Amino acid sequence: MPTSSGLDPVLTWNLVDDMRQVLEFPFMVNAFRAGAIVAVLSGLIGWFMVLRRQSFAGHTLAVVGFPGAAGAVLVGVSAVYGLFAFAVVAALVIALVPGGGTRGYSEESAVTGTVQAFALACGFLFVSLYGGILSGSNALLFGSFLGITQAQVVVLLAAAAAALLVLAAIARPLLFASIDPAVAAARGVPVRAMSVVFLVLLAVAAAEVSQITGTLLVFALLVVPAATAQLLTARPGLSMVLTVVLGVSVTWLALFVAYFSAYPLGFFLTTIAFALYVGAVGARRFRAVGR
Amino acid sequence: MVTGLIELRAAAIRVGDRTLWTGVDLTVAAGEFVAVLGPNGVGKSTLIKAILGVVPLSAGSLTVDGAAPGAANGLVGYLPQRRSFDAQLRVRGTDVVRLGLDGHRWGVPLPWARRFSASARADAARVAEVIQLVGADAYAERPVGELSGGEQQRLLIAQALASRPRLLLLDEPLDSLDLPNQSAVAALISRICHDDGVTVIMVAHDVNPILSYLDRVVYIASGGVAAGTPHEVITSETLSRLYGTDIEVLATASGQLVVVGQPEAPAHHHDRHAS
Repeated sequence: MPTSSGLDPVLTWNLVDDMRQVLEFPFMVNAFRAGAIVAVLSGLIGWFMVLRRQSFAGHTLAVVGFPGAAGAVLVGVSAVYGLFAFAVVAALVIALVPGGGTRGYSEESAVTGTVQAFALACGFLFVSLYGGILSGSNALLFGSFLGITQAQVVVLLAAAAAALLVLAAIARPLLFASIDPAVAAARGVPVRAMSVVFLVLLAVAAAEVSQITGTLLVFALLVVPAATAQLLTARPGLSMVLTVVLGVSVTWLALFVAYFSAYPLGFFLTTIAFALYVGAVGARRFRAVGR
Repeated sequence: MVTGLIELRAAAIRVGDRTLWTGVDLTVAAGEFVAVLGPNGVGKSTLIKAILGVVPLSAGSLTVDGAAPGAANGLVGYLPQRRSFDAQLRVRGTDVVRLGLDGHRWGVPLPWARRFSASARADAARVAEVIQLVGADAYAERPVGELSGGEQQRLLIAQALASRPRLLLLDEPLDSLDLPNQSAVAALISRICHDDGVTVIMVAHDVNPILSYLDRVVYIASGGVAAGTPHEVITSETLSRLYGTDIEVLATASGQLVVVGQPEAPAHHHDRHAS
């Protein structure tokens, strides 16, 4: 991919040298930083999303980022702000529309699906309105690691830190409300408010991930590391740590490979994550048979 | 015991424009084992939810430990109507039990807290204690989604007990259990009630597994509500009055009660209550 910027990177198989070569470029350093921030945030939020069976909502919140980013570029603002704004507004719509988040997760899908279809259509419109010069629509949908600026890394870090602080404050009652809403409500956990707050956190995570993987491939970081970790252990704490470790490793490995390859980051990221998941499923089967 | 732990006076509940029950007077003293019986759809679970303060009364009054319902929920252990965990849920049984103790507290449990904090050690000991009490040691470390219905139910009872409640509200805890498990869980609940002085209010479909342990019965039917000892309430006369039709209660040689002729048999699952 970096061939487009006039470079012709060659993998020497001396990994230390290769790494040094990769990190010579500030844009790659930024990509590694951004990747780590996004992987940590999406891993932890994604862990709860997988537990709560809200993957569909997560995907929708990411897809909503597409018209957000395209719209922002159309009116001349940085795409980052469009991503965040649209995702958070969509989270509130899904959470607050009657029947949206009130009666359990399965009922959420109708509202969520409606929002998702509308969002994709709007994104397509904005790209058309821009007159085709918005060549970045491919990057918006499938991700890119080129041209991540220092300022973008700071925005990602600030949003991730804020979201993780909120998550840390509500983690235990959120786990309770996710596993056992009726009992949690009886014990005074504000289950309803909790699900609204969680959707907003999920929106922030989805908006961050889509800046690395594109809006269509967010699950590579939002679902797969968490799902893999949950397969490997049933201890919540260990499972969350494992999710973060897997997410960051997958992201960095994918960035490294993508730098030396002509093919896009999203493909490598998704493929590595997928391979890990399949490996975890296989390992469990193997263990089950051995028992 | 001057007043009861739970007092209902002329209480009524409306859901939408439908009155579930009305004019209910009930006093439950501390340490009693009370069953709530009746056909489906008459508002047995709603009574539990009213005591929790989740569903408001439409008339009358209800106090729990002298306060408004919901105010004292720290003293209450609640087991909602049968929920089975998703088979894919990858969280251990101990974690589910633990949430009953501290799940409502904000923040994140810190790793290795047990090494530094006496209260964390006490919490862990309490979780182990209730798991042992319900006899779930053997499988508490396994992912809860992989466990059988009976195993999950024992862990959920442990969860309800973790915070040392003075009042246990159990909504059909024996439902979906096989017969040996039904009598084992019924005996366990009775032991908790009578040994530890925990008041138990239990919604049940079938009175027989718990009949010998019960102090009192609340029978809700379309025609009204009756409360008293099992042998006062589960009689041909009382049930005929509640249902407004001829009902006969027979006792088997082993002391089990068989109710004959009611429109919807409480022991059957396929009843539909249409009013």
